[in-house]
Amino acid sequence: MRGARRRDIGLLGLALLLVAAMSTALAVGPAHLSLSEIWMALQPAAGDSPARAILISVRLPRIVAAALSGAGLAVSGVLFQALLRNPLAEPYLLGVSSGAALGAVAVLSLGLTVGPVGLAAAALAGALIAIATVFRVAYAAGQLDTRVLILAGVVVASFFGAGVMLLLTLAEGRSARSALLWTMGSFGQASWQMNVALAAYSVPAALGAFGLSRHLNALALDEESAAHLGTDVERVKKTSYLLASLLAAAAVSVAGVIGFVGLVVPHAIRLLWGVDHRYLIPMSFLAGGSLLVLADAAARTVAQPLEVPVGVVTALIGVPLFLVLLRRGYARQPL
Amino acid sequence: MSFELGDAWFRYPRSDKPALRGVSVDIPAGSHTAVVGPNGAGKTTLARLLLGTLRPQRGYALFEGRSAADWPRREMAKRIGVVAQGGTPALPVSVTGFVEMGRNPYVRPWAPLGEEDRAKVSDALRRTNLQDLASRVVNELSGGEVQRAKLARAFAQDPRVLVLDEPTAHLDVAHEMEIFRLVRDFVDDGGSAVTITHSLHLAGRFADRLCLLADGRLEAAGSPPEVLRSGTLSRVFDWPIEVVALDHAGLTGLHVVPVDKSRSPDRSEEPA
Repeated sequence: MRGARRRDIGLLGLALLLVAAMSTALAVGPAHLSLSEIWMALQPAAGDSPARAILISVRLPRIVAAALSGAGLAVSGVLFQALLRNPLAEPYLLGVSSGAALGAVAVLSLGLTVGPVGLAAAALAGALIAIATVFRVAYAAGQLDTRVLILAGVVVASFFGAGVMLLLTLAEGRSARSALLWTMGSFGQASWQMNVALAAYSVPAALGAFGLSRHLNALALDEESAAHLGTDVERVKKTSYLLASLLAAAAVSVAGVIGFVGLVVPHAIRLLWGVDHRYLIPMSFLAGGSLLVLADAAARTVAQPLEVPVGVVTALIGVPLFLVLLRRGYARQPL
Repeated sequence: MSFELGDAWFRYPRSDKPALRGVSVDIPAGSHTAVVGPNGAGKTTLARLLLGTLRPQRGYALFEGRSAADWPRREMAKRIGVVAQGGTPALPVSVTGFVEMGRNPYVRPWAPLGEEDRAKVSDALRRTNLQDLASRVVNELSGGEVQRAKLARAFAQDPRVLVLDEPTAHLDVAHEMEIFRLVRDFVDDGGSAVTITHSLHLAGRFADRLCLLADGRLEAAGSPPEVLRSGTLSRVFDWPIEVVALDHAGLTGLHVVPVDKSRSPDRSEEPA
């Protein structure tokens, strides 16, 4: 009972954290806007003003994209860790990011002018090809073999990775640079149009993942025990793989490759609030969103006028924080 | 009839020898059936066919008249509680959380546990005497406590049938007795149970019927006196085994005694 109460408070706290992170991110950026200016500009009655344009068309789309991608990546990490029964699993392990990178880098290094939405579509197409290939190899006779899945995924990831390297080598200087920057992740291209697509993917997928949480808890025992507790094991494995891959694909298509969120956030939540997926999934959703919103705000501001790749920031903030938690967690709960 | 197996064959994909070859057996509702036999006789495979996690390649395996492998897992989990080998959580899960998983088949995906679910969980904890351990972590419990927690989870499923695969392996005498007593009480309260066990004499004392498997075949089935015979057991286990009728201090039953081969029994010195 006390545990449940602690987790309910944690869930509420994380929801508030996300709101706070988004509000903070709205207030920071290259153009200096005071809090009162922001407040005035966001009133529904306020007419068009430069401040309103910056907030609605520049900052807010980025913030929403960061929140949705971070939330999706964290939930994707939870699903992969449960499915593969491997604490090191993360959204990009099985080739989603390499596939997406190949799609995007192909477009960029060929110098095609497709616009941000076209670029995201190319990345998504690459990711979907990787997902389908890996699934096709690991799925046989109605069963998804997770050992084959992990090996096939890692190998497909290297294959697409090699393709990216090849294209970067052959590309001209300018397009090679933009392709390389893409692979490091940025929300600079976020738009409302993309956010609608991103939300259409990630919100239902995250809800679907939440609906699987009891089955994921049972799968943490073993597949046979889960079946005896009423889980249709193969259906749950298949669904988790597809949901996790789509969440990662959607995020990577919009923002490029942003590491550590999918690995660090779920483990941090486990260390703080335990392993029950009914809490782990919504908590990771909120914490992943908050982390990326804050990381993107930092990426935009720390080295003005330059923008640091957001993946660099998540690693620089996320990893030390995680190491502290890891040390404290294991000190409190001996192995 | 709860389970029916008809000429059931099963061979694992990478094995050249069938694990079960033509087993036919009926397991009536309201009884406690023990499945015994040497290691590798096919006992666990038999349980998997009964539970529908494997489908026989020849013959049939039915639960309540319907092919066991075709039951939706959720519906089956409302009727059969399983204590399997293995299945201890890799992650730190509390005993309560572990037992609450028994309510999985009853709860809708997005809904929390209801009043009835909580009542069933605390009832299961009380029956297995685990209330004091409820907040402990399962993988820090002793072997006997883990088996009780698995049984509690099976009880929380509110099943009419229990299937137990070596529930007392590695347990001491007291814990062994405790588990068999809980299963016997479950059957006496109107349930059914199938227990796979290596404990021949507890099977003889606590079960109504025995099935003796050897080398994938059903060697004998029936009441304990019908199955526990010195000749059959010695042949099947490939070891001299005596069956002694026990009637001592109010204890009656059959006692299965393996003979120490290195000291050939000198019957002339035994008291009459």
